[in-house]
Amino acid sequence: MSEAVIQVENLTKKFDDFYAVNNISFEVGRGEVFGFLGANGAGKTTAMKMLCGLLAPTSGKAMVAGFNVFGQQNEIKKNIGYMSQRFSLYEDLTVIENITFYGGIYGLTNVEIKERANRLIEMHGLGEVKNHLLVSLPLGWKQKLAFSVALIHRPRIVFLDEPTGGVDPITRRQFWESIYEAAHSGITLFVTTHYMDEAEYCDRISMMVDGEIKGLGTPAQLKHLHRAKNMDEVFVNLARKKEFIE
Amino acid sequence: MRIIFFIIRKEFRQIFRNKAMLPIIFILPMIQLLILSNAATYEIQNINIVVIDGDNTITSHRLISKLEGSPYFNLQEVVNNRQNGLIRLDKGQTDMVLEIPMHFEKNTTNRIPVKLQLSADAIDGIKAGLGSGYIQSIISEFGNAMILVSGQTRTIGGVRISYSNWYNESLDYKTFMVPGILVLLVTMIGSFLSGMNIVREKEIGTIEQLNVTPIRKHQFIIGKLFPFIVIAVFELSFGLALARIIFHTPFIGSFWLIMAFSLVYMLVVLGIGLLISTITDTQQQAMFISWFFMVIFILMSGLFTPIENMPLWAQKITLFNPVRYFIEVMRMVMLKGAGFQEIKYHFLIVAGYGVGILSLATWRYRKTT
Repeated sequence: MSEAVIQVENLTKKFDDFYAVNNISFEVGRGEVFGFLGANGAGKTTAMKMLCGLLAPTSGKAMVAGFNVFGQQNEIKKNIGYMSQRFSLYEDLTVIENITFYGGIYGLTNVEIKERANRLIEMHGLGEVKNHLLVSLPLGWKQKLAFSVALIHRPRIVFLDEPTGGVDPITRRQFWESIYEAAHSGITLFVTTHYMDEAEYCDRISMMVDGEIKGLGTPAQLKHLHRAKNMDEVFVNLARKKEFIE
Repeated sequence: MRIIFFIIRKEFRQIFRNKAMLPIIFILPMIQLLILSNAATYEIQNINIVVIDGDNTITSHRLISKLEGSPYFNLQEVVNNRQNGLIRLDKGQTDMVLEIPMHFEKNTTNRIPVKLQLSADAIDGIKAGLGSGYIQSIISEFGNAMILVSGQTRTIGGVRISYSNWYNESLDYKTFMVPGILVLLVTMIGSFLSGMNIVREKEIGTIEQLNVTPIRKHQFIIGKLFPFIVIAVFELSFGLALARIIFHTPFIGSFWLIMAFSLVYMLVVLGIGLLISTITDTQQQAMFISWFFMVIFILMSGLFTPIENMPLWAQKITLFNPVRYFIEVMRMVMLKGAGFQEIKYHFLIVAGYGVGILSLATWRYRKTT
């Protein structure tokens, strides 16, 4: 693995007496597509929000892009892009206005904003809708735009929280192509999903069950370890183990 | 600075694109100004009155026709039986009953004091009080006129009070109400819109995307509040112009002094909106809390009830009411022509209030939860 851009050690988030994230540790290397898998409510989004500086961890250590999640959240925010599970751009602004706004917020110059906006619009095939209000666009297009906005300031790491939830298979495929394209340019992608076929596209994955990481490695390693034909079986296997213990 | 500019531009775009919000921001307040200024008046007209004429002479008829000619009264009936008159009051068919006693004419010409009895339905205390006042002035005017008519010289000495109403000579209630109502309008626009705007971003989730950027708290807050300061100040100027054109409200003091004060005042109002937005998660909650404060602020502002009439503890509470200060300043500057010297304490208090509440709101606003 190349140099680590995310280092997590015993990271924990406790809500009252419930451990949403319990003592997780992992590393993600530069340019990696890291899949963060788990069932609904397993703690994926909570863990991701801590790494993005949206949520303060209870304990543990985590460095993102070389900065500490305790106290250096603003430095982290300059170096990451984030795409929320819930669509969170402005529906009453146009595609280009949303991109320009976020470009401005990240402190880019007008020339930079224009250049990058054009490139992202072209890359994601948003040209024909760039002056449309978001409210009039289908979800697939909005997701592409959200990804573009997450990339506008050329972050070192992009966090994608269930980016393909609810979109059609063709758009999903196109989306993954953009993810690979970004990874090739050296950006690290941290992706949560519960589509197990998507897990196969990742360089490495971690499998979260009830706030803990139960599996970590390349898809091939995990399949071998659990004697599984595909990631679906790995997932079921890990989730069932928990049932046996109970 | 650039970042703040981007936020402000985005806010203005959203405000002007929202077809439902534009009329709410610009037209509704004007309608309110027109309606409230005419409706919220202490002046009472058309008080229903029944007269019991126990004298039935030329003099008593003259007094009755005086009442009839007054815009304040609506003479319903003249009866000659006491019972018939008072029963109307009991049944709620009239507001007042005036009884002219027997020998009214005879006694007045002989300069023997006469007593007229006025009975008023005092469920609406203000109406009863004002009505009695109007009757008294009509009767005393009538009495003076009689003295002149009969050609007698007045021998009764004593003090006569002559009234002169300063700053609002004709006791026009609109002059008194309009400046205050304008204050209410900018207050509502400021606190509701700003609070609602931020909570809405929370509700639809767009705040999360902002919170993951390196944007600074102060940039966010300035960018969010600035558009509403502009709208409120614009609205105030527009309202002042309307007041001048439609109600002929006097404006003796400096327009720019009012503008300067309104800028400082907006800091308080927007700060309250912002503070509410930091402690609520939905627009519904924010709306409810805003209303709670707004009702207290309005009723304890001195607009509808003079602060001097409130019990002492309530008067102390009004010291924390920003609306009170602005209404005082508006009246002082517009009607009395007060300058900065006269309102410097108002400035000081409101500025301190603004700094305090904005600091509290900024401190409460969290990018990381």
